[in-house]
Amino acid sequence: MNQTRNDQPVIEARELVKIYTLGRDVQVPALRGVSFRIYPGEAVAIMGPSGSGKSTLMHILGCLDKPTSGEYYLDGQKVSEMNDDQLAYVRNRKIGFVFQAFNLLPRLTALENVALPLRYAGQWRGIHRRAREMLERVGLGERLHHRPNELSGGQQQRVAIARALVNNPAIILADEPTGNLDTKTGQEILDLLLQLNREQGVTLVVVTHDPEVAQRMSRILLLRDGLLVGEQAGQR
Amino acid sequence: MLSTFILAVSEAARSLLANKLRSFLTVLGIIIGVAAVIALLALGRGAQKIITENIESLGTNLLFVAAGNPQREVQLSVPPITLQDAYALRDPVLAPSIQYVAPTLQRSVRARAGNKSHITTLVATTPEYTIVRKYGLLEGQFFTQEHLLSQASVAVIGPDLAKILFGRDTDVVGERLFIANRPFRVIGVLEYRGSGGFGQNLDDRVVIPLSTAYARLYPQDRGKVDVLLVSAVSPDHIESAKEEIRQILRLRRRLRPGQEDDFVIFTQQQFLQIFRSITGVLTVFLGGIAGISLLVGGIGIMNIMLVSVTERTREIGLRKALGARKRDIRIQFLVESVTLSLVGGLMGILVGWGIAKGVELIAARFDTDLPAVVTLQAVLLATLFSAAVGVFFGFYPANRAANLEPVEALRYE
Repeated sequence: MNQTRNDQPVIEARELVKIYTLGRDVQVPALRGVSFRIYPGEAVAIMGPSGSGKSTLMHILGCLDKPTSGEYYLDGQKVSEMNDDQLAYVRNRKIGFVFQAFNLLPRLTALENVALPLRYAGQWRGIHRRAREMLERVGLGERLHHRPNELSGGQQQRVAIARALVNNPAIILADEPTGNLDTKTGQEILDLLLQLNREQGVTLVVVTHDPEVAQRMSRILLLRDGLLVGEQAGQR
Repeated sequence: MLSTFILAVSEAARSLLANKLRSFLTVLGIIIGVAAVIALLALGRGAQKIITENIESLGTNLLFVAAGNPQREVQLSVPPITLQDAYALRDPVLAPSIQYVAPTLQRSVRARAGNKSHITTLVATTPEYTIVRKYGLLEGQFFTQEHLLSQASVAVIGPDLAKILFGRDTDVVGERLFIANRPFRVIGVLEYRGSGGFGQNLDDRVVIPLSTAYARLYPQDRGKVDVLLVSAVSPDHIESAKEEIRQILRLRRRLRPGQEDDFVIFTQQQFLQIFRSITGVLTVFLGGIAGISLLVGGIGIMNIMLVSVTERTREIGLRKALGARKRDIRIQFLVESVTLSLVGGLMGILVGWGIAKGVELIAARFDTDLPAVVTLQAVLLATLFSAAVGVFFGFYPANRAANLEPVEALRYE
């Protein structure tokens, strides 16, 4: 179900610059002009050592932060000019986040955690049915009413993936999704993400410092000192 | 919209229940404040009800007339009201609004029976007294016109006095007692009336014919009267009765036009008004206490909500990443603070009601009637105010949460 490259890109970054100002007059450039395109159905790794600016880039791609300069188009929409409510809408509908530390709400059950983005989308009817479908898709149909502290790390990350998928986003942004997991579980999570990418056509962007993770994607963007320094094909 | 709200409330309840002790301590201020106000209001209302009933039981068409000028502090040789004045007020032509007039002489006397003796209030009057004061009798009879004409040494006594002198409040008719060392025969016992609303005990008194008092006890006061009790033909005739009394007395006391009255006419309505204005001041005072305690409670809530916002910074960041708008976060925290303050308010209402009931029961054990009257008005007001406190003091923390930058919030450790 891989889509063709003559589609319009789902992500287009043009000369993204992000400069942090620390205290008085101390300016730290985290991104120094990054441009790239990601097309629907791709599985892209953004790889670099710590301090390379990949977290900053991930935040800008996830509409959690705005670039100092440059333009960013997500699904054809110019994100860099949006207001807070529009950004919230985009985060809700277009982006599914998967974090290193899972970031589930401890007081909610797996089902409620997955349903949360639907609620912020203003939906009420049938949201638990939809959330259950998602949990079944990630293989957690038996754990609907467990709290996060009753689930293993791998299971928690599956819940997070189900939550990322629940609003049919344009991309899934995964920030070190295997960082808190052992090798075997990490592999399973990667398998799941790639399977979703392959079978559902979900565009996957994985931010990582781990070459083994990056190698499993179809394309790897190498980031160093705030600049894109190379691009390679992955194994997929 | 409704389901949003229900969900927000259930989520708020969950997060508050996750920290039960802290939530409880946070709302303790509100609980204490609301409880104090509810209890005090309930007891104040109860007292007000009792006193108002007492005053009204004396008759709403009752007027009191006495010599004196209320505007002057020193009463310079004001002539007393006389028995003749009382007769004049009975004139149905000059005073059509007046039904009965009971002239009274009131003195403090020592009453004695056997080896018991007691200082009590003596009321010397005419048989109309029972009618204008709406007195009933526990036993026996009130003195009659014949007793009055014959200057009989008969007395009707209050039930408290009967208990003090004879150890019982019935079966005392025919007993002898001494008033200012003169022998009298008991012919009746008044029914229980309680306090008259101004500290006087209506059950501890002795009532005798006015003529007997003039002849045997106070010959120097013959013809003088302390207070005239006047009843109007109906409560609607109070004002016209007042005016008729005024005209007749001014004429009889030879006051020139423009000269001030040298007598006062008091109505039950005026007593009620004075009493109401006193309780009005008390209510404002209670309101002040309520305001201060709710303010303190509200600051407590704000404090804890700020702590909670800081503690949950990552959660807020995550919610924003999942698509929560500023307004969603703001509502979430506002609902939480309002839930806190409302629960505090409701608990305060229950506690206050319990305290008032407790005081009522304790008062009842000491034979004092002090009903706890928790009005719907007080409950609604307390609920409304505690909710308002939640909104007011929750707004700043909620805004702070809503305005957190998602990146900063997610990064927060």
